[in-house]
Amino acid sequence: MAGGTGGRETVIMATPATVHSHAPQGFIRKYIFSLDHKVIGLQYYFLALTAVFVGMFLSLLMRIHMIWPTASIPLVGEIKPETYLALLTMHGTIMVFFVLTTAPQGGFGNYILPIQIGAPDMAFPVLNMLSFWTTFVGFIVILCAFFVQGGAPLHGWTGYPPLSAVPSAGPGEALGADLWITAIAIFCVASLMGALNFITTTLDLRAKGMTLMRMPLTVWSWFITAILGLLAFGVLLSAGILLLMDRNLGTSFYVPLIVVNGQVMGHKGGSPLLWQHLFWFFGHPEVYIAILPGMGVASQILSTFSRKPIFGYRAMVYAMLAIGFFGFMVWGHHMFMSGMSPYSAFAFSILTMCIGVPSAIKTFNWLGTMWKGHIRFDTPMLYAIGFVSLFVSGGLSGPFLAQPVLDIPLHDTYFVVGHFHLIMGVAAIFGIFAATYYWFPKMFGRMMNEPLGRIHFFITLAGTYAIFMPMHYLGMAGQTRRYSQFTEVAYQTKLLPLQTFMTYAAFVTIAAQFIFVINLFWSMFKGPKASDNPWDATTLEWTTATPPPHDNFGGKTPVVHNGPYEYGVPGASKDYVMQTDPPTQPVH
Amino acid sequence: MGLALMLLIWLITVISTYFFVAKTWWLPAGASAATGFIDQQFTFTFIIMGIVFVAAQGLLGYIVWRYRQTPKSPPVSYSHGNTTLEIAWTTLTAILFIGLNLMGSRVWASQRFEPAESGAVQIEATGMQFAWYFRYPGPDGTYAKTKASLMDPSAGGEAAVGLDTSDPAAKDDVVTGTMYLPVNREVDLSLRSVDVIHDLFVPAMRFKQDAVPGLNIHMHFKPTQIGEYEIACAELCGLGHYKMHGMVHVVSQEDFDKWLAAREAEKQ
Amino acid sequence: MATYTPSTPIDDIGQKPPAPPITGGGDDGRGGDVPDYGARLRRARLGLICGIATVGMVFISLTSAYIFRRGLPTFQGESNSYVRDWGSVDLPWLLLGINTAILLLSSISMELARRKAARQAALAPVTSIPGISLGEEKNFPWLGITVVLGFAFLVGQGLAWGELHNRGFFVSTNPSSSFAFLLTVAHALHLAGGMIALVWASSASLLHRPVEARRIAVDITGWYWHFMAVLWIYIFALLGLAR
Repeated sequence: MAGGTGGRETVIMATPATVHSHAPQGFIRKYIFSLDHKVIGLQYYFLALTAVFVGMFLSLLMRIHMIWPTASIPLVGEIKPETYLALLTMHGTIMVFFVLTTAPQGGFGNYILPIQIGAPDMAFPVLNMLSFWTTFVGFIVILCAFFVQGGAPLHGWTGYPPLSAVPSAGPGEALGADLWITAIAIFCVASLMGALNFITTTLDLRAKGMTLMRMPLTVWSWFITAILGLLAFGVLLSAGILLLMDRNLGTSFYVPLIVVNGQVMGHKGGSPLLWQHLFWFFGHPEVYIAILPGMGVASQILSTFSRKPIFGYRAMVYAMLAIGFFGFMVWGHHMFMSGMSPYSAFAFSILTMCIGVPSAIKTFNWLGTMWKGHIRFDTPMLYAIGFVSLFVSGGLSGPFLAQPVLDIPLHDTYFVVGHFHLIMGVAAIFGIFAATYYWFPKMFGRMMNEPLGRIHFFITLAGTYAIFMPMHYLGMAGQTRRYSQFTEVAYQTKLLPLQTFMTYAAFVTIAAQFIFVINLFWSMFKGPKASDNPWDATTLEWTTATPPPHDNFGGKTPVVHNGPYEYGVPGASKDYVMQTDPPTQPVH
Repeated sequence: MGLALMLLIWLITVISTYFFVAKTWWLPAGASAATGFIDQQFTFTFIIMGIVFVAAQGLLGYIVWRYRQTPKSPPVSYSHGNTTLEIAWTTLTAILFIGLNLMGSRVWASQRFEPAESGAVQIEATGMQFAWYFRYPGPDGTYAKTKASLMDPSAGGEAAVGLDTSDPAAKDDVVTGTMYLPVNREVDLSLRSVDVIHDLFVPAMRFKQDAVPGLNIHMHFKPTQIGEYEIACAELCGLGHYKMHGMVHVVSQEDFDKWLAAREAEKQ
Repeated sequence: MATYTPSTPIDDIGQKPPAPPITGGGDDGRGGDVPDYGARLRRARLGLICGIATVGMVFISLTSAYIFRRGLPTFQGESNSYVRDWGSVDLPWLLLGINTAILLLSSISMELARRKAARQAALAPVTSIPGISLGEEKNFPWLGITVVLGFAFLVGQGLAWGELHNRGFFVSTNPSSSFAFLLTVAHALHLAGGMIALVWASSASLLHRPVEARRIAVDITGWYWHFMAVLWIYIFALLGLAR
């Protein structure tokens, strides 16, 4: 047929001198304080990679302690109950903030979004650089909490006062808790800067022809995530400031008259529920911030490797918008047992069930994308398929917890822990893995090793199910969470064999993650060279060189004619049409 | 590869479902009036979610194998979606989820929107790091005042809750470390906390409620079987959270009266 | 059934098709390659809107905390009943009123500075032509005046806090005073941030930055400044009416 000469017929615009064509010189400007979104994206990614290994190590210690409470671990010693709780608190905080809010959005979003919309960089490169380094400072501050007197706080990543508001309420609740709050406040500021950048970039820097409804779903997911972040992190910042004031200035926002260790504390009249409302108003959108980019990546990869357009592109966009919107209205479902009014509980419950609907739509559409496609099993696709499976498993425990009456037996048990780990701790991580294997060739110019990728995938999928699916059984049986050991409550000691199985599964699964790290670093230097479009994909990042030049398109701004997922177009000369290719006829 | 993936997904589904269906680890035997409708709603939700789980994972596995690319695969079915199908499954899902929730809400309303029955046993449960204390108001039916300055957790009993002994109503207030209840009679529980947030969780009673400092939360439940049931604290309260353990003894009305009378007598 | 037909035939000899116009023309993808001054202004304003949304959320959450804390009673074991402990704070209304007036005046001077910068930027292509003169324009230092007024406001707030201390109201005295300090200090901090931007914008002219960059800086700072004024009115009303 006419015209099909290989996907690179971008219409060339005669451009005057571009603003961004001057690549920086010098090591510091190129790699440390770079303004290039690609370098900043990689900085975020490697920060998250470091954080995830810290977080995994903490969880390994936790799992060992649960089974062998009196064991003495090499280099660490014996873990006391308060140490266990400190490990738990820091595990949660580091994973939620420095991994799940950092890698998908700060890492891949920063690197890929400008390229996918045809822009030379983010709207505000200096702000971008500042937002990374602020995040980095936050990470250092939180790690410091381990090393101060009293150690890290023991109040859980949710930090409910009065436990978190009174230094004498437990070890680690003095300086450690202040550092924890400060680190989170720093992270809030960093996220807000990043969110501002993402939103402005998406709205204002799209290339000609890149209408909103031609943006890849990854861009939509980063855009909606940024809006959630913009509106939610400010609330967490307020909550944290009030907590710092209660702790250090003698105010009583959260703390009523209490007696700790026989001492009457100087507060009165405060409400612990105020913290919960503020925290969860942030906390619920936060979990959607953690998962939406993974959904975008899953859509992108499922379409690419099924060689079919995404099923129901518009529905996918509306579903993500609905998830974002409803995400702000359901925070009370974390508080059904808190003493909140039962009428409010009813309202939150209905709204929570509403949010299950767009999530279900997305799942149907992912299945619809693969239906009657040509599925290729490159490693990114394995992870995307794993994402769908895990999202289904984790999501279906939601309707139990969304009903207050069922929350009565299940709240604060391992059922909840299993629910959020399957979604955040596994599905979202699979999104990060999928994105890594998918965009690695574009970022580093080399392919990752396929056999190692497959081994990593199979062990991780089986292993994470083995760790987290049993948590639902434990929860139904009444195993409460945040217990450092199960020796004191008779019905819980009976559940030890299952906990032991989970710990062994954790050993294997954590070990398998080293396969990933080895693959990642080895392939960066020794992997086979990658072509510009190794996956035969359609979106803009695959039209440019591998790795992309400093201004992403080598002075040639792309012009977009097609939607993002034109695979398998009947009558086309190849089974994909890139976004910059001459336009296909519209299809209904 | 497609085959391996399908088999793994199906294997995980089968194993998970087996343990759910076999109830190898399940809700403990219930001993309260609420057990019936809570467990029923739980089972109903479980069956529906279970069907969806098996169907979704099964379909995923099947698709992954059936539509793997082979030299003999038919051309891809190019399509941007199907609006009718989209509307259909959205509506069905909405009806299913919201319907399930409305069913559960009726149960919730019956439990939470009504106060305790008249004639209920009055008990106040106070949580503190790391023990529960239970106070019976005695024949005068009034809880005496408590004072923060009188609270001394290490002394246990009345001192732990800071009972103001100068209050005349305190003469018949009984404070114990174990909750005694008469069977088949509603309990009007007042939950308080001295220091941080705790949560009184009695799995066998299908009862759970946070005890929040600064609040006095009223809840009710009705034990229906004589026995001994464990209390676990279900809100992180500090280093001793795992050992904040208590016991509920449900006895006959007669035995309960005898026990309470004995406690009252000890106070004289 | 869909067919694929290219609409722009590509000449095998390699002749480039005519370049489409750089700005405008269909689709809402505006193209991000060469940001002209108008585009940079729009971009900066979009960023500012995001920033204002976020600061707005901080103060909205502080307001909900205010309403919640004020309304919710606490259980008192000593009386076996629920009591409210909101308390009251004796605010120095005259001083705060003067501060409000100063801030509003600074908003006026800021707006005049913003419009002047816009005019200068618009006229720059004309005034840069040698031999063209548009007559003497009164060079009133509106930006400088705004800086001075802003500084006066901050000093006035400092005096107000001092006065509260004199009257025996500290941040931990009662919830009412806690919120009074919290809201006014939070506002002052955000305003101080705006001051830094103001000082930078006014020094832009001294540093001989291009007039467009100056205009964008003054414009953004101007809108932020107005937001700070509106926010202050809101806080003032909250503390006053919700007494």
